[in-house]
Amino acid sequence: MNNSVITLKNIAVSFDGEQVLKDFNLSISDGEFVTLLGPSGCGKTTTLRIIGGFISPTDGDVFFGEKNVRDLPPYKREVNTIFQRYALFPHMDVYENVAFGLRVQKKDKADIEETVEKMLSLVNLKGFEHRKVSTLSGGQQQRVAIARALANRPKVLLLDEPLAALDLKLRKDMQNELKNMQKQLGITFVYVTHDQEEALSMSDTVVVMDGGKIQQIGTPLDIYNEPVNAFVADFIGESNILDGVMKRDFVVEFFGRTFDCLDSGFDENEPVDVVIRPEDIDIVEPIRGHLTGTVTSVTFKGVHYETIVDFKGFKWLIQTTDYYAPGTVIGIVLNPEDIHIMKKSEYSGLFGDYSSYSEEFDEMADPEIDLVEETKEAESYE
Amino acid sequence: MNKKRLAAPFGLWMLLFTVIPLGMVLWFALTDDAGNFTLQNLPKIAEYSDSFWYSLYVGALSTFLCLILAYPLAFSISRRSERAQRTLVMLVMLPMWMNSLLRITALKSIISEKGFLNRLLELAGLPTQHMMGTTGAIVLGMVFDFLPFMVLPLYSVMTKIDGRVLEAAQDLGANAFQVLFRVVLPLSVPGITAGITMVFVPSVSSFVVSKLLGSAQTTTMIGEVIEFLFKGSAPPYYNVGAVLSLVLMVLMLLCMAVMSVFDKDSDEMEGMMA
Ligand SMILES: Nc1ncnc2c1ncn2[C@@H]1O[C@H](COP(=O)(O)OP(=O)(O)O)[C@@H](O)[C@H]1O
Ligand SMILES: [Mg+2]
Repeated sequence: MNNSVITLKNIAVSFDGEQVLKDFNLSISDGEFVTLLGPSGCGKTTTLRIIGGFISPTDGDVFFGEKNVRDLPPYKREVNTIFQRYALFPHMDVYENVAFGLRVQKKDKADIEETVEKMLSLVNLKGFEHRKVSTLSGGQQQRVAIARALANRPKVLLLDEPLAALDLKLRKDMQNELKNMQKQLGITFVYVTHDQEEALSMSDTVVVMDGGKIQQIGTPLDIYNEPVNAFVADFIGESNILDGVMKRDFVVEFFGRTFDCLDSGFDENEPVDVVIRPEDIDIVEPIRGHLTGTVTSVTFKGVHYETIVDFKGFKWLIQTTDYYAPGTVIGIVLNPEDIHIMKKSEYSGLFGDYSSYSEEFDEMADPEIDLVEETKEAESYE
Repeated sequence: MNKKRLAAPFGLWMLLFTVIPLGMVLWFALTDDAGNFTLQNLPKIAEYSDSFWYSLYVGALSTFLCLILAYPLAFSISRRSERAQRTLVMLVMLPMWMNSLLRITALKSIISEKGFLNRLLELAGLPTQHMMGTTGAIVLGMVFDFLPFMVLPLYSVMTKIDGRVLEAAQDLGANAFQVLFRVVLPLSVPGITAGITMVFVPSVSSFVVSKLLGSAQTTTMIGEVIEFLFKGSAPPYYNVGAVLSLVLMVLMLLCMAVMSVFDKDSDEMEGMMA
């Protein structure tokens, strides 16, 4: 707690009586890369805007260090934001955009010049000083936005889906660059995305949100391996989620038989959700399997086959490197470390059944963002 | 080809109602009452210089007041929800649906000696004010009459300013004052120049307002002078009236040219704002 740069305490926000954030508690450490991850509309942008000072919470407090900043206007806060869709100043060239923060702080001319040049070389935009921002590609505009925010030397940088409008290849490159920049400069990043892969690969800490509430806070490994409920298990990667009963510590029953597991601390005979990741399942001959099922469909994915297997009417997703034709009867073996037990929640029964599986669309694009303009720009981008 | 032909009706219109009248004005300006070529009319401008200066002064003052009033109004409208914007713009335009003569007459009944305003003052036990027939009354009439012409161009430019750009400015440390002068003002230049042109030009040449609200104590505005000369009894008035019209026209063109210079710098960013 003592080295936390930003603390959100019991934050609640409603717009016109509609609750958008509730019971929001988050503490962000100095130098940390924190990602707010959740589906569109879950309140990620609202959270950033509270930190940036653009909305004040209906309830709760915001601390920068020890200081309560609830009523501090945005221009007095030591954080800078990279907005969804960049929000560059259209009447200024690249240089003036980056210099803006320094000019309003009345820095002297030599200082401004030095900082702007440094920032432009940091984001690989040297030589673009006097280009109009409207003539830049999406990727380049994004870099200007980054340089503009970093020129103020913020302690904390807020990034609202900064890469969502870029195409896949460019996005991957920028992910690496942003991560490197964050390490190099030692700045705290609060990063917003609805892309779970991006969240897992970049963050120190991931905050999984849904419906205005924090579902889980943890390292990427934690939330992948130990999801707290069916929503998190389903949103982060793929999961088969089954109804089970915890017989006693380290023993769980599902599909009519008991399995050893590594989880404990549940009541005796407590109903639970059982998560089994598709890549953890070993396929064996039917006779040696804990369970047997019939392959119903197979999709080739490059690295592996996504195989849907019917176990007594409940369909599982299994990722395997071997091909099993539809109709094949297979057996599976589940080791204790492949089984993860979760408490029942409001999300139980909503996720993790692949009965109607067909190239599931996990990541609905943010409706605010259109990709049309970006596809061409990727080619001209160096 | 076909597209060019679509402009033909307008071309005819221009010829009939702009080019020919202009030619006539020019012809009157350069002839005497017998119809012979002369430059004698030109020096007569000097006799009316008071009216010219007074008109420019009233026009500039009215335009300035309109700008001061309309700018915050237009900005405040432009930051609201789309529905609220539509309603408020309607309200701004509402007076334009009423005949200008009627509006000024209404204003007259408010500010006259026994008008609404003085009644109010009386009721409050305050001394009544003499307002009718002063320059103040004329300027008030102009502002009253032309305010929508300032608000609308300002609003239409401001509504295109992305709210996130203003937030970005605050985020980078700009206080309200700096956001205004470094971002909003430069981005609204096209609206300012359009608004100034649309108010200054008609208010300098207006004759209705000063005729209804002015008096013997106020200098006659140039529009009124021209009207009088053209409606006057004998032909020589036509020739002087035409010269004055030409000078007024040149002044207006000059004003528009100056405005377009200011506008030029902001042209390049139009792509971003669309
Ligand atoms: N200014 C606002 N007025 C009313 N509702 C809003 C406003 N801003 C956001 N919301 C609502 O709050 C919810 C969360 O929005 P947001 O924080 O933008 O989500 P996210 O960034 O996770 O997609 C959404 O349902 C959205 O419609
Ligand atoms: Mg958002």
